Amino acid sequence: MTNEALQNLISSWIPELEFTEEKSQFLNITVQPEQLHQLMTQLKSNSETKFDYLFCLSGVDWGTALGVVYHLESTTHRHQLVVKVKTEDRENPTFDTVCDIWYTAEFHEREVFDFFGIKFTNHPNLKRLFLTEEWDGFPLRKDYVDEINMVIK
Amino acid sequence: MDTTITNNFKSEEYFINMGPQHPATHGVLRLLLTIDGEIIKKVEPDLGYIHRSIEKMCERDSYQQIVHLTDRMDYLSSHINNEAVCLTVENALQVEVPERVKVIRTILDELTRIASHTLWWGVMGMDVGALTTYFYGFRDREMINDIFEETCGARLTMNYNIPGGLMFDIHPNFVKRTKEFIAHFKTKLPEYDLLLTGNVIFQKRMKGIGILSKEDAISFGASGPVGRASGYSCDVRKHHPYSAFDKVTFNEILKTEGDTLARYQVRILEMWESMSIIEQLIDNIPEGDFFAKTNTVIKLPEGEYYERVETARGELGVYIISTGTKSPYRMKFRSPGFSNLSLLNHIAVGGKIGDLVATMATLDLVIPDIDR
Amino acid sequence: MNITKNIHEWLFSLMPEATASIVEMVLIAVVYLAIFAVAGLYLVLLERRVAAWFQLRLGPNRVGYQGLLQTMADALKLVSKELTVTIKADKFLYNLAPYFVIVTALMALSLFPFSKEFQAFDINIGIFFLTAISSIGVIGILLAGWSSNNKFALIGAMRSGVQTISYELSVGLSLLTMVLMTGSLQLSQIVEVQKGGWLIVQGHIPAIIAFCIYMIAGTAETNRAPFDLVEAESELGAGFHTEYSGMKFAYFFLAEFINMFIIAAIATTIFFGAYLSPFGITESIPLLGVFWFLAKTLVLVFLMMWFRWTFPRLRIDQLLVLEWKYLLPLNLLNLVLMALIVLLKLTIHF
Repeated sequence: MTNEALQNLISSWIPELEFTEEKSQFLNITVQPEQLHQLMTQLKSNSETKFDYLFCLSGVDWGTALGVVYHLESTTHRHQLVVKVKTEDRENPTFDTVCDIWYTAEFHEREVFDFFGIKFTNHPNLKRLFLTEEWDGFPLRKDYVDEINMVIK
Repeated sequence: MDTTITNNFKSEEYFINMGPQHPATHGVLRLLLTIDGEIIKKVEPDLGYIHRSIEKMCERDSYQQIVHLTDRMDYLSSHINNEAVCLTVENALQVEVPERVKVIRTILDELTRIASHTLWWGVMGMDVGALTTYFYGFRDREMINDIFEETCGARLTMNYNIPGGLMFDIHPNFVKRTKEFIAHFKTKLPEYDLLLTGNVIFQKRMKGIGILSKEDAISFGASGPVGRASGYSCDVRKHHPYSAFDKVTFNEILKTEGDTLARYQVRILEMWESMSIIEQLIDNIPEGDFFAKTNTVIKLPEGEYYERVETARGELGVYIISTGTKSPYRMKFRSPGFSNLSLLNHIAVGGKIGDLVATMATLDLVIPDIDR
Repeated sequence: MNITKNIHEWLFSLMPEATASIVEMVLIAVVYLAIFAVAGLYLVLLERRVAAWFQLRLGPNRVGYQGLLQTMADALKLVSKELTVTIKADKFLYNLAPYFVIVTALMALSLFPFSKEFQAFDINIGIFFLTAISSIGVIGILLAGWSSNNKFALIGAMRSGVQTISYELSVGLSLLTMVLMTGSLQLSQIVEVQKGGWLIVQGHIPAIIAFCIYMIAGTAETNRAPFDLVEAESELGAGFHTEYSGMKFAYFFLAEFINMFIIAAIATTIFFGAYLSPFGITESIPLLGVFWFLAKTLVLVFLMMWFRWTFPRLRIDQLLVLEWKYLLPLNLLNLVLMALIVLLKLTIHF
């Protein structure tokens, strides 16, 4: 399906989504945290979109907001999509997990938790993945300071 | 006892640590196994032993420096990793690389793939007990390393790609030596089949072990030979072609059983396909420049860019968010090993320890790729 | 020139009978210990050169002429190593375990007829004694795994115990098949019978089947590849001898090679005529029998090494299935077949 058709179809499910195609090679959807899980479930189960392959899950620190970017692809229709979700809450950022929809998200969300501190509700095993349990802070955030280990140019 | 084992620990189960220093885990991976006799009840990987915070380092390096960081991620397909970043930067800057560069990059890609698969084959045999295969695999890999050394200057971490093209032109002996290697390897690959593939002990160790269904493969994000052995067509060279892959004809090897033997056979057949690609290209390398001019200080225009390549392990994705400065705002590497490792618990539970070793060998994990 | 008889008489003329017999026994023990040590060392070197030949490389060839002093250097190094003991290991059993394997290997070695005159211990239950002795060796492995207080060692020891007990059956039955033709368990008698042609030729079909089963089961008895998941390096570190270092590790290591030699020597004695030359060509030259015995044994040892460096290893359940579902019924059928052939006098005689 073309990006226009996708946009028309998906906006018919949830009206408050923002669509954009500028500064990116894919169709970007920005969704509110409360509707994330519902949108993802529909994107996978709907037979016209059928996004069954989550090929990249990245956490991003947008400066003031923390967010997650999901890159989706359909193995049957071969169209791709980007879903973004953001929250301004830097103390306790929380999103719904999608690992019941795509199993690969389990490890990816642990990585995002490890580096950004973003919590995912209903995750089966939300612990740090790469860093040790006692590590203080979230390294990939822009305001992370580590006098000893970081080399700032 | 480690706090990772929770209350579901029955009294007849016991807990064993495999790694981080272990001959079978191919790098520093720690597996926490919960075992009942010989049957595995739970596998939990513990990562981070070789985490070098490459993504954070990329946020302060220039794009040429980032290329040097990437070939230490999956060091067995280092050329392809470099190419991934270079492609992303070139597509963002809308720079058109010369045809010569594309063809040479493709040939080096396929040589890297063969080198990685021969090493995988040697180590695979060693893991199931046939200790001689290690030497045969490395013997053939040495020839490829020699070709790389002559052209690129290094045997393992090539750094031959730069955004815009190649660092130097290929050595005059490159074409001749590659052809000699192909001729030699064509006689050796049947030898591999004779030694390992047809052996009845090997088949019994591999058939029906670690079965992964197609839906699970897609859901877990398995790519590369792991996905293709389950019938999931995921070859990036076919679906999103880059460099010169749209000009060559090759088959995508698909098998349906999804067990370790299928994953093994997919890789062996992929080596034949790689040789066929090299043969199609090696005689017709177009003349021309070996790089396209870019600025010394590369600044990507504001926006988000994503490129995917097919490494020897699977699909590597490079995601750059740029705000117009000389370093990326956020750089994310979607590594194939990370997704392939996440399905280990799913396919190893219920099998035996020997099966775990065989399964891990066919997943072909390189831990620096996972830990970044 | 009968050396043993001369020494025997000389000793008995020197001192009273009791002391003389004790001195004689000590002398024999020392000689065999020396043979054990030298054989062990050179078998290790042979294995390394054979492995290197299969793997397209050279192997140790610098220390001494063609590397002949290599294992001597390794043994010296092992002797000088620090003997570490883990704190929680059961000290008495931990120290005792290597001696079980060494002593049983030595006792088995003393039975073989290297030549007509060169046999230390010719009891009338020869074969039976040999199989009994090799069963005791497994106690050493179990003790080693248990007393190390190490989970990997324990898993390795348990696997080994199961494996050895299962394959002893096949070894015993295949040897029994051949005893049907000789009518005696005594080793020197068995060699006498083979003066009319080696037993593997006399018994044609069932003897060949028995030989094949014996080689498979014998390789499994010694925990060598393709049945070496006891010490599967790529799975469990080092199996039951993980916690051993220095000289005690050397004991296990040497004992494995001597066991391999013993299995090959039993096969040579029963199937291939021990010290008898083919077609009786050099029977008149004394002591050349030792050369024939060693040559035949080394060919079988080479075969076992060939197995190790070519085949992948079997999983534990596949190993047990092989024994209980395939080898054991085959063995029993073969026994019946051999009994029929002996009864109907269909053996080949020269």
